[in-house]
Amino acid sequence: MKVNAALIGSGNIGTDLMYKALRSEWVNPVWMVGIDPESDGLAKAREAGLKTTHEGVDGILDDIERDRIQIAFDATSAYVHAENSRKMNARGVMMIDLTPAAIGPYCVPVVNLKEHVGKEEMNVNMVTCGGQATIPMVAAVSRVQPVEYGEIVATVASKSAGPGTRKNIDEFTRTTANGVSEVGGAAKGKAIIILNPAEPPLIMRDTVHCLTTEKPDEDAIRESVNSMIEEVQKYVPGYRLVNGPVFDGNRVSMFLQVQGLGDYLPKYAGNLDIMTAAALRTAELFAEEIDSGTIQLRAVGT
Amino acid sequence: MNFEGMKVTLHDMCLRDGMHSMRHQISVEQMVALATALDEAGVPLIEVTHGDGLGGASVNYGFPAASDEEYLRAVIPHMRNAKVSALLLPGIGTVDHLRMALDCGVHTIRVATHCTEADVSEQHITLARKLEMDTVGFLMMAHMIEPADLLEQARLMESYGANCIYCTDSAGYMLPDEVKSKLGTLRDGLKAETELGFHGHHNMAMGVANSLAAVDAGATRIDGSVAGLGAGAGNTPLEVFAAVLDRMGADTGVDVFKLMDVAEDVVVPMMQQQVRIDRDSLILGYAGVYSSFLLHAKRASRKHGVPSSDILVELGKRNTIGGQEDMIEDVALDLLKRRRTGSAQTA
Repeated sequence: MKVNAALIGSGNIGTDLMYKALRSEWVNPVWMVGIDPESDGLAKAREAGLKTTHEGVDGILDDIERDRIQIAFDATSAYVHAENSRKMNARGVMMIDLTPAAIGPYCVPVVNLKEHVGKEEMNVNMVTCGGQATIPMVAAVSRVQPVEYGEIVATVASKSAGPGTRKNIDEFTRTTANGVSEVGGAAKGKAIIILNPAEPPLIMRDTVHCLTTEKPDEDAIRESVNSMIEEVQKYVPGYRLVNGPVFDGNRVSMFLQVQGLGDYLPKYAGNLDIMTAAALRTAELFAEEIDSGTIQLRAVGT
Repeated sequence: MNFEGMKVTLHDMCLRDGMHSMRHQISVEQMVALATALDEAGVPLIEVTHGDGLGGASVNYGFPAASDEEYLRAVIPHMRNAKVSALLLPGIGTVDHLRMALDCGVHTIRVATHCTEADVSEQHITLARKLEMDTVGFLMMAHMIEPADLLEQARLMESYGANCIYCTDSAGYMLPDEVKSKLGTLRDGLKAETELGFHGHHNMAMGVANSLAAVDAGATRIDGSVAGLGAGAGNTPLEVFAAVLDRMGADTGVDVFKLMDVAEDVVVPMMQQQVRIDRDSLILGYAGVYSSFLLHAKRASRKHGVPSSDILVELGKRNTIGGQEDMIEDVALDLLKRRRTGSAQTA
């Protein structure tokens, strides 16, 4: 049976996520929560048959039990996430955090999602768009041999970077760099983001450089990278290795392109698509385990 | 042009933009020696940072011979009159780097964004201003947009607290009329107390001419580098520009003869290769490509056997902007693939 979910945040991310969730075999989106009654996202949600409120998280607290909501996605902002999470967790709802708040552990589905499900985490953070696109590649190298340094360059179309990202761009570089080391497995991580205003907008590009401690095992890395690409493609079909891996001494470089599905967001915004797709994939695995009774969500704190 | 008695602040770039043409390998000793010589010649402001700004140390841009902090802590105590500036590109460096630079004694912070993306500089400019630093908003690749659009972006930086705005010709593409029109629009549209600056590259040999046009249109800070040590065909050669301004009666406070000596005796002997308008640098200027791509394109050319001029032209076609050094090897590999499929088709 599908697990009921609430989408908090009715902006671009929340709305795109809704369209993906409506196709899910495991997750059933029943609520969308916004703060602006006029928002396009809430209108789209009503059209799709979801219940909506424009009173923020407080607007659904009384309905959680009746509507059997067990998973919530937060696509609001880092500033309000902590409070949203506290309220939802207290009612036994697990949170998937798409904001940079990062209260819970970082989750990159192909790398460490199973680990989080096993621990019955009640809050997981989806790192950043650049992190979702690049950390799998760092992990693909580090599972072959030690990586002493991982560096990623994410280039996104200017139009796909919203005001939140722009106001706090340091959050992106810091969080992504942390994810490259903590989840990607590099001893040290570095992240760079470039916003390119070209018209027509460019499709998200990512470059991943790994410096291995010993000489890279080229065949094993090539195989690991290719199989990781296929894993990511299961939830982001437009995830593609354009060039590489290139080997130069101890440097291993991969050049990627991420095209979105174009659900609500345009196809070039692969950066946003990979976030919503990864968040949904995360919810689905939790939902499968909830459904089979392997894990049980419990209310935490007060 | 009548610059008689006009005050112009010359800002030397050898130890930041020059890092590009030195593959970021200027030693701490060389930095101290050159900065000391510039200080003695009366240069009031000297930039010291990785070529790509604070935090630029990376595979993508190159690992430097020493860290930003090591350079700054070594150079600043030797300065008698000169102040030191640092460059910061949001997306590469963070406010943590900014605080570190201030702690080292940096006087001027220059927050650089692509000319259409000024709003990513808000947190850095706001903080620098709060910390009472001389705060500059630095709009790169300014040749890519119209004067009115540049003004709109400049106003954002001004609203965050920048007390000086730069029109930056990162590709060395602009000709004097364009410089005049852009700086003129900025002068008319920004607050009277907001200073204006111009940063040129010499890829079309327009460094001095463009800088004069900028001063004529209201700029009071001009970037250059002694002996032109900078990315591409280098920056506006500072000793030449100082000599020109001197002949025109402008007041720079710089000793022109001492500056010539610095060029000849300190900078030229230090160069790893002659900084000149070679074919690739001319392509940068002609096609409007970011000057720092030069040596990276030459390296990718050697590694993958694709002409560097082809790589640079393709980078221009793809509308790449500053910081996209990662696209250089990617483009080289694409060109290689294209050539292989091309030859396979003819075979």
